[in-house]
Amino acid sequence: MKNKLLIVNVCREKLHYFEFVKPIEDIARGMADDGIYFETKSYKNIKQGGIKKFGKIIICGTSLKDFEYLHHIKRFSWIKRYKGSILGICAGMQIICDIYRCKLEKNTDIGQKLISINKNFFGIEGWKEVYELHNYSIKKDRRLGNLFDIFSQGSIDAIKHKKREIYAVMFHPEVRQKDLIRNFVMML
Amino acid sequence: MKVGVLFSGGKDSTLALRYALKYTDVKCLISIISKNPESYMFHTPNIKLVGKQAEVIGLPIIIERTKGEKEIELRDLERAIKKAAKLYKIEGIVTGAIESVYQASRIQKICNKLGIECFNPLWQRNQFELLDEILKLKFDVIIAGVFAEGMGGFLGKKIDTDFVSRIRKMHEQYKINPAGEGGEFESLVLDAPFFKKGIRILKSHVKEDKHGGRTLEIDETDLIKKEKNEK
Repeated sequence: MKNKLLIVNVCREKLHYFEFVKPIEDIARGMADDGIYFETKSYKNIKQGGIKKFGKIIICGTSLKDFEYLHHIKRFSWIKRYKGSILGICAGMQIICDIYRCKLEKNTDIGQKLISINKNFFGIEGWKEVYELHNYSIKKDRRLGNLFDIFSQGSIDAIKHKKREIYAVMFHPEVRQKDLIRNFVMML
Repeated sequence: MKVGVLFSGGKDSTLALRYALKYTDVKCLISIISKNPESYMFHTPNIKLVGKQAEVIGLPIIIERTKGEKEIELRDLERAIKKAAKLYKIEGIVTGAIESVYQASRIQKICNKLGIECFNPLWQRNQFELLDEILKLKFDVIIAGVFAEGMGGFLGKKIDTDFVSRIRKMHEQYKINPAGEGGEFESLVLDAPFFKKGIRILKSHVKEDKHGGRTLEIDETDLIKKEKNEK
């Protein structure tokens, strides 16, 4: 179970799969020698019972104009009950925060950005160049601080649930920080 | 979704077009002809052939000219996308970006400003895998420009298994980008499964730039009939 990874596709448009899901599949595929296996499912096809066999879940990002997943947030209610580890990427982070009723705010970042990670987050720490692509980010408020540890200084770029193995990043590690994904998958 | 494809006539934008044809409703091609041979965004040798390529693909093309001045050329791209949105009601743009955050993020910003989708189906792909895909799909591609040391012998040659094995060695030895995304080489697609006709070069000459880069300038072409093409 532990070496089985579920990759969750939240893209509305089929063509966006190649941009936001396939790069993560390619990283996972490269870990086959480490005994890692993966499956990819659309968020529309996930049922609570069906995810028990996966030790880890990555919820991928999607395009700047795609917010369909937020209109179907109930489909992600499994996040609160799932026992394994979850990593949310961009849209995945928005979904995790929405499920825990943290607030999103309008904030556009497109392209390379220098961020500061103040403690080790799956092997990345200190000033790092990352690739961001979002029109909304997570609002820093008391509720967020009560529920999540914040690993970044300034903007909310990396968080972990205080009691659960739920992690999320606002940037796209599949572009400039591929090791973050490998380290998340290998962390058992 | 109705889309326009940013098209330079090279292997990457042509492969991105194939993905777009499969998953979207492609309404037009969009090309930018830059006067600046050192443009970060748009310089491609033989860009003037895109009209002929559009003809054999069977799609309308919007061609905009730019002086190729950094950042200002983006306004010219924006103008071209706006024109495509007005003429063909496109709701998205497809690009052949693979690794360049510089190019991809600038196009993303324009699309975001205009309220349309941006698709990068080759994004982060392994570049040898892409070359293999081009061979598997039987794209007829030649090297139309060489701009890095050791690449000179490839000018005018086809991208075939021999090219891929040689570029693999050069990648291992000199870190040459196998897709040419670092500007090491430029390609030109003469035929692909979805082209209704192939393009044949009848006359060409080699032109050298001030930095020692060499391009194959195509002077004359004709079209070759095909038995069948991919729909």
